[in-house]
Amino acid sequence: MLKGKVFKYGSNVDTDAIIPARYLNVSEPSELAKHCMEDIDLEFVRKVNHGDILVATTNFGCGSSREHAPIAIKAAGVSAVVAKSFARIFFRNAINIGLPLLESPETVDNTDAGDILEISLETGIISNVTKGKIFKAKPYPKFMSDIISSGGLVEYTKKKIAGRAP
Amino acid sequence: MTLAEKILAAHSDKKSLSPGDFINVRPDLILSNDITAPIAIKEFRKLGVKKVLDPGKIVMVPDHFVPNKDIASAEQAKMLREFAQEQGIIYFECGQMGIEHVLLHEQGLALPGDVIIGADSHTCTYGALGAFATGMGSTDIATAMATGEIWMKVPPTMRFVYHGKPGKWVGGKDLILYTIGRIGVDGALYAAMEFTGEAIDNLSMDGRFTMSNMAIEAGGKAGMFRADGKTLEYVSTRAKRPYTVHELGPESECASVTEYDISKLEPQVAAPHLPSNVKPVSALSGVKIDQVVIGSCTNGRLEDLRLAASVIKGHKVAPYVRCIVIPGSQQVYLDAMAEGIVETFIRSGCAFSTPTCGPCLGGHMGILAAGERAVSTTNRNFVGRMGSPKSEVYLANPAVAAASAVLGRIANPDEV
Repeated sequence: MLKGKVFKYGSNVDTDAIIPARYLNVSEPSELAKHCMEDIDLEFVRKVNHGDILVATTNFGCGSSREHAPIAIKAAGVSAVVAKSFARIFFRNAINIGLPLLESPETVDNTDAGDILEISLETGIISNVTKGKIFKAKPYPKFMSDIISSGGLVEYTKKKIAGRAP
Repeated sequence: MTLAEKILAAHSDKKSLSPGDFINVRPDLILSNDITAPIAIKEFRKLGVKKVLDPGKIVMVPDHFVPNKDIASAEQAKMLREFAQEQGIIYFECGQMGIEHVLLHEQGLALPGDVIIGADSHTCTYGALGAFATGMGSTDIATAMATGEIWMKVPPTMRFVYHGKPGKWVGGKDLILYTIGRIGVDGALYAAMEFTGEAIDNLSMDGRFTMSNMAIEAGGKAGMFRADGKTLEYVSTRAKRPYTVHELGPESECASVTEYDISKLEPQVAAPHLPSNVKPVSALSGVKIDQVVIGSCTNGRLEDLRLAASVIKGHKVAPYVRCIVIPGSQQVYLDAMAEGIVETFIRSGCAFSTPTCGPCLGGHMGILAAGERAVSTTNRNFVGRMGSPKSEVYLANPAVAAASAVLGRIANPDEV
């Protein structure tokens, strides 16, 4: 069960906002985390606690293919991102590296910054503890669940290479 | 099946497929750069395999922060160089390299009918050749280098039909900006965009590369053209291996069809801070600027430089304005020199650089200070994209960029 305080953002949060390109001369997660969301929310890195949850409206993660974006979010301590929709490459990258993403427009419409959310990845149930409301995220296709349950694309591929993948 | 579906089927074990299907695809080309390859190499090492499956299909291009802008970026470029030597993959050293999405088709490595994946969002550029090309992440590239396969979800195809004869200063950049302005930055989310119509038939290859390049700015998975006589003429002297042109009915089924009449279209400009914030150039004329950038994987090809040079020739860049021109590849640089274009830019007071992605992503070679404003032929104008989060980027075609450099404000080329 994931549980954390909500940081809320609007639509089209792009990967330059999540991690500006001027910091992409390194790829260490801890270094990237120091600059997460810097250009749109200077306070984020100082305020975020382990387990906290990002909530945003549509097209979260649009723009560049930099995997540094989900890496920075994960390394900053964020446990999951809930949005109405995600940009395609960001979605792949997050699944591949094991940052849970949940599509749930109802959660987004009924959640404010600072609310506490509880998320069960097994059932997709998202509970807004602050407001006492419960929502269900769109389930992952089976193919992606297999990648997630393997612990990411590298582990999934290792199994496949060893001939054990489904 | 649509063009996207036919190409994907030909690279999978499926005879036919539909949008939404999950498939394993065997790509023809697997690309990464000096920002994305370091993570791909680290993840590749974790897979427990020693060698990439097929080194002839793997390309690494150090183009973003190269020539190395600082010690950290030099370390990243070194990782690519050492991996390339160890694995025998295709690699372009600084001095041969260009911006990846100007270079690969120029070198005959990207071809019609291909599936091309790259750890760079603008990999969609090769769709102009009648290929299925799409951007993904470093871990995807790592697993594809090891296994020769990648998972994909078959996208629906959204067809865009362009009617009419474009005005003098209207080209591929304006058509794609106009389209993104109409449908929004997620208007084609997950979809393969297909560009057709008589305006497309008449569009040059360089103009088509510009359009495909920005499909990602509408959220598209691919931005595709059907290969025609122009495509075949372009690839015939370059191709280093056989390629496939898929036969298609004129009205193959697709998810949506959108038609535009572009005969009265003005040059288009995307104002800060989204590529969809598009206005006709006349609505923004008078906006004062500090910098102009002409180049990038969007507009760094020979035709782009020719067009900008034709506007700026005989004029000077406005006082206190910088105009930075960056050819997309060494070949573009050589051709521009041979045509006298390089001299035109330098005599007009422009800085002329070696190929690099540089300022497009706020890397180096033209970073903006707080409060500064640029007109750029690049592809993104997000907050902080070219430098300070308090700077602004306006996206435009090369003719508008050159005219703006001369007048020190956003301008229609007819004003010069």
